[in-house]
Amino acid sequence: MPTQKEDEKGIKTPSGIEVPVVVSPDMLDGRTLGKPGEVPFTRGIFPDGFRGRMWTIRQYSGFGSAEESNQRYRFLLDKGQTGLSVALDLPTQCGYDPDDPMATAEAGKVGVSLSNLAEMEILFSDIDLAAISTSFTINGAAAMIFAMYVAAADKAGIPRASLTGTIQNDILKEYVARGTWIFPVKPSMRLIADSILFANKETPRFNPISIAGAHVRDAGCTAVEEIGYTLVNGLAYVDELLRRGGEVDSFAKRLSFFFYVHMDLFEEASKFRAARRIWARIMSERYGAKDPRSLLFRFGVVCGGSSLTAAQPLNNIVRVGIENLAAVLGGAQSIFTCAYDEAFQIPTEQSAEIAVRTQQIIAHESGVANTVDPLGGSYYVEYLTDRMEEKILAVMNEIDDYGGVIKAIEEGYIQMRLAQRAKERKEKVDSGERVVVGVNRYSHEGEEAQFGEVFRLDPGNRRRILEKYQATRDRRDNDAAQAALRRLGIAALTDDENLMPLLIDCCHQYVTVGEMVAELKSHWGEFREPALIG
Amino acid sequence: MSLQGKRILIAKPGLDGHDVGAKIITLALRDHGADVIYTGIRKSPDYIARTAVDEDVDAVGLSVLSGSHQEMLVATLDQMKAMDAADIKVFIGGTIPPDDHAALVAAGAAGIFTSEMNLEDTIARLEVALA
Repeated sequence: MPTQKEDEKGIKTPSGIEVPVVVSPDMLDGRTLGKPGEVPFTRGIFPDGFRGRMWTIRQYSGFGSAEESNQRYRFLLDKGQTGLSVALDLPTQCGYDPDDPMATAEAGKVGVSLSNLAEMEILFSDIDLAAISTSFTINGAAAMIFAMYVAAADKAGIPRASLTGTIQNDILKEYVARGTWIFPVKPSMRLIADSILFANKETPRFNPISIAGAHVRDAGCTAVEEIGYTLVNGLAYVDELLRRGGEVDSFAKRLSFFFYVHMDLFEEASKFRAARRIWARIMSERYGAKDPRSLLFRFGVVCGGSSLTAAQPLNNIVRVGIENLAAVLGGAQSIFTCAYDEAFQIPTEQSAEIAVRTQQIIAHESGVANTVDPLGGSYYVEYLTDRMEEKILAVMNEIDDYGGVIKAIEEGYIQMRLAQRAKERKEKVDSGERVVVGVNRYSHEGEEAQFGEVFRLDPGNRRRILEKYQATRDRRDNDAAQAALRRLGIAALTDDENLMPLLIDCCHQYVTVGEMVAELKSHWGEFREPALIG
Repeated sequence: MSLQGKRILIAKPGLDGHDVGAKIITLALRDHGADVIYTGIRKSPDYIARTAVDEDVDAVGLSVLSGSHQEMLVATLDQMKAMDAADIKVFIGGTIPPDDHAALVAAGAAGIFTSEMNLEDTIARLEVALA
């Protein structure tokens, strides 16, 4: 119950929506909720919710060499995980081979080093690519890693059409938040459109893009801005796909999304309900989509991130549990729960197992997955969903008024907004206005953060990664590799050919990610980060 | 005390793209009167050292969240020494486990700031260090 003082000043959600003491039915817009699986999709995209299909438990994981990551994946699959999510090291994500001077300190550090097909084969040894869905968090070099995955399936004799999974492949948010951009905006958009159009034909069950709001959210923006920026990015990809000759009903059903879930339970659940309505409406009204599947706003989430604290880290288990619940109530298709120690290190096996168990407890003990959209019709949740929708649309209009998302990114407009939001959030936590238990309230005075068991990477990793990399390059047919690379470069000079088949040829010849990226950079140049002006 | 007139370079060495902390500290230092240059992400230690010298800064703040804090600090300090700029103080911030602090100080870090530290305290410590 709010105290009288709080009541006077009013309570707002983190996105700034007024929270009434009690919501009455006359505060609702009176919109038709519809049924789950039907327009406007407020109540979910499937008529039977999680009864038809449970969400995918998909833990982001990977570190060190392909051998070590393969071992961790098999451990997670053994614990009941149902999909893989590959964390790649920064050199791979930024398109540098492990021997590049920019890369040596980072090879195999925050993810697995995956410089060429030989490593991809080790990564998935004893894992059936036709039976497991795999998600790759890669963006700047996404087309190269997607090509490598297809090449690995080719070599294993697995039909391309049987591959399932997701490649993040969302460059626009990299420019503003996550930072693994490589090429300028225009050629990057072309590469993304090429990979999506290729996937629609060759790997029809694979999601060739996951348009992600998670990183702008973790970088500081509100839930409303997270959805707003992500939807405008999504529409920019739709426009590029149309420009490249795609048809909306061929590609739209394979567009997927990815978000953070932070701590405000009902606002988080409501943002997904609002986003489903907006996306379906735009796809239908603006783009004329006819296939009902083109209207479906499918998304995965990550629970944790910057809502976790290094202080009193076991509290993070509770936070992730609440966020996990919000994701389920919001109707997520796949969920990644951060481990409680993930705020400061790569999770240990023990903390990684608790994160998986959290999802299983919600799925199998709590009963929340037994009926579709259990929040539907709640006065508060429907009120919040209506308000979220209004505010998300306002954010989208603001970007349109600025001149579109690409201009807003190239001029640093969104970047500055995120920096300001991050600073506001930090100041609110510092001042205690925003309560973070264990940090600015109920903290243990003078206590050093207790990290518990510490994860340490094997220091011999970097040497082994470099040795294997060199050995693969020595072993390959270098003439064939160079010829494949030249064909890629020639095709990159003009806009008319889809680059995916050429990238796959390169991968088959053990051309490395660094080589493919360097070749394209020599024609396209690099993105230049705008200065932080404010 | 204030940071008025102080020139500070906030830098992101290596490939780590987590730039929220670097941007928050850039904006906060500007609020306190400092003249702050932010390098943007993905800069080599050599680039950072050269920029520090060219811009004649009083201090450099390295922001590292990839776990490579020790390597990046040492590489940057080595470059600064090679450019006769060892008098410029180098601070480091980011996700840095407490066990690693002693080694950073031994290597020459003028101060260590972690993300959960209060912003006002961070500024106050810098004011003392640069007075």
